[in-house]
Amino acid sequence: MRLVLTPEQRELREAVRSFLAAAAPPAKARDGYDPAVHARLNGELGLSGLIVPEEYGGAGAGMAELAVALEETGAALLPGPFLATAFAALALTRAPDKELLTGVAEGRLTATLALPVVPDGLTARAEGGGVTLRGTLPQVLSGAEADVLLAALPGAPAADGSGAPGESSAGGSGAPGESAADGPVLVAVDLGGPGVTRVPLETLDLTRGQTRVELDGAPARVLGRLGAEGAAAVADLVAVALAAEQLGVLRASLDAIVAYAKIRVTFGRFIGSYQGVKHKLADMHCKLEQAESVVRHAAWTADEDPAELPHAAALAQAYVGRACFEVARDHLLLHGGVGFTWEHDAHLFYKRAKADEVLLGPPRVHRARLAALMEAGEPASTEAAGEPAPREA
Amino acid sequence: MNLDDYRRAARAWLRDNAPAGETPPEDAIPHAKHFMARLYDAGYSGITWPARWGGQGLTQAEERAFAAEARHFSLPTYVFSIGLGMTGPTLVDRGSDEQRERFVRPLLRGEEIWCQLFSEPGAGSDVAALQTRAVRDGDRWIVNGQKVWTSVAQHADWGLLLTRTNPEAPKHRGLTMFVVGMRDPGVTVRPLKDMTGRAHFNEVFFDEVAVPDAHRVGEVDDGWSVAVTTLLHERLSISAGVGMGRAKDDPTSLEALRRTADTSDPLVRDDLVELHIRTRALALFNQRLAQEAEAGLFPGARGSAAKLLLAELTLFEADLATRLAGPSAVVGTRDGAGAGPLAHAISLAPAMSLGGGTNEIMRNIIGERVLGLPPGPRVDKTVPFKDLKVGTQG
Repeated sequence: MRLVLTPEQRELREAVRSFLAAAAPPAKARDGYDPAVHARLNGELGLSGLIVPEEYGGAGAGMAELAVALEETGAALLPGPFLATAFAALALTRAPDKELLTGVAEGRLTATLALPVVPDGLTARAEGGGVTLRGTLPQVLSGAEADVLLAALPGAPAADGSGAPGESSAGGSGAPGESAADGPVLVAVDLGGPGVTRVPLETLDLTRGQTRVELDGAPARVLGRLGAEGAAAVADLVAVALAAEQLGVLRASLDAIVAYAKIRVTFGRFIGSYQGVKHKLADMHCKLEQAESVVRHAAWTADEDPAELPHAAALAQAYVGRACFEVARDHLLLHGGVGFTWEHDAHLFYKRAKADEVLLGPPRVHRARLAALMEAGEPASTEAAGEPAPREA
Repeated sequence: MNLDDYRRAARAWLRDNAPAGETPPEDAIPHAKHFMARLYDAGYSGITWPARWGGQGLTQAEERAFAAEARHFSLPTYVFSIGLGMTGPTLVDRGSDEQRERFVRPLLRGEEIWCQLFSEPGAGSDVAALQTRAVRDGDRWIVNGQKVWTSVAQHADWGLLLTRTNPEAPKHRGLTMFVVGMRDPGVTVRPLKDMTGRAHFNEVFFDEVAVPDAHRVGEVDDGWSVAVTTLLHERLSISAGVGMGRAKDDPTSLEALRRTADTSDPLVRDDLVELHIRTRALALFNQRLAQEAEAGLFPGARGSAAKLLLAELTLFEADLATRLAGPSAVVGTRDGAGAGPLAHAISLAPAMSLGGGTNEIMRNIIGERVLGLPPGPRVDKTVPFKDLKVGTQG
């Protein structure tokens, strides 16, 4: 298991960090999505194609590298569809599509993924050689900026027919058994195409939007079968990717308040010299150390030990999601009154942290998942200094 | 030998040589010494220590591989933990060649037991405020004073002793470190009963004790820098659990709680998930620190974060175990042997938050040395020690 960055990964981190420091500092985040920055991020650094396989023009890197990039975009509170496109690219690794993958790799296509990975409320109908979708996705991440929406349907849309047998109704108990039997399929919808209405939502997070997407006979393309296992794997990969962003938000929040504690004076002393502040910052640092360890482990697991991925991904969301919000919250509070003002950036981190914490469902779902996995006998080791035992020869 | 082979060999050796059954009482010294000698002769004592002084000269990877295997056994290594975790590494780092030659191998082989003599009644967190005096007398030093919280002193052959040699200097600049013979005339060890009802540590009194100058570790009045080395090793060894071998039958472990608690109750499940999350997060952090150390990045003050987290986890675990058990947690289960295992665990749990630096001291260290925050105002750093207030003042 590898929990420290390779020299190449450190280089990647430096490259992304210095690019974002110049092109997209957090202070710019409240201006929202800047397509020019997005284009440069993908063009100059090739970030959009990081995890796209080389045969589709990408860098063929793993989750460990993507996590490094997402940590930095998170720390910068980068607005726009970078995370959403990464989610979509992760789904496409399970159902590869040349057109979409090359488009993402070249940075000319942005995408998003309907969440949860198999969303409720979509109805697919096979008609006239194609598939059309109906239904509403109430909250699509970066839905206003993305070109393409990916969604997993519970089963393949059956041949055109009248009534239920011809339909695959997502999440509904009435879905026809045969079409759902082989598990979810991934479909793509052109969000600029016919039958799509996008309603931007007022979001807590000022730096990244969500959109209600109404589909009314929108043409969709079936990309491939994910299967139950594939869909679960995509959900795990998405959880790990989000945790990497959360690690960045956590780190940047802590950095900001530590820097402030070194220059802000009260009662004749820097506030960082008071134990009331110092000890809180020390506890926040402990969360950072553990969060980074959990994220590195989850990313390594995604690349090298898929059997452990469900557990590592659930742990990543259960631990890092909470830690990120707690640190962002305390970083805001320790700023004092100025942290509560609109002009200060503290609330941008606080709000992103909250939006991220609940993005994949109520956080209890990750805890419930951990409980279920523990019951099923995972992981190999839970002891304090633990390391899984090597397999017997 | 690759790591997996090393690990398999270690496992096989432990299976054949580790004592079976219950952990022997902590004072079963001959038994422990006999085991330690076999451990050393098999190459599993001082795994990362320099070969020149009797270690194996291997890496953290082998050390951790062995520790991971050893966790499945209850090894009788407790009385050696201070020597292995703290005083030994200090001698390796800061001792003279004569001292390394004389002390390190017998320490690793369990022939001699070590304790550490830093804290005093008036100097706990603020250990540099200590008052035990050493006064030069030709080629020896005469020591007078009192130490406290000294683990295994009652069994120890040697102690690493921090003394004040110059009260005219500011507190950190008038200290000197020595190796003292614990059976020398004038050394008195008294067991100190702690809140568990057992005597895990001692008070040690020095009355006109003579220590040869050859047993001085480091320069005169430079004892603080030697002590910092020891304390760093202490935090690291605590956080890594070296020598503290977590008993396999720990009644507060997640595995034990899963057996004893009603895991169909959603509230219980959430408690256990919380314990699991904290345990895994800390385990992964410790593994990351170890991997960084292997890559040549010394964790330094970041080890204090691991120690603080372990202290909090230890209390959380015992607290949770007793809450899950209910009334039975607070009564004895063995006739005449005192409280039951959970009552013992909750009584022992605060120790980790106090020994090796309190949680508050750990937070100061993290704040100042890791995050670079400004120190609080200090009235004690530049004043001659003799002019300072120390300990509890009326």
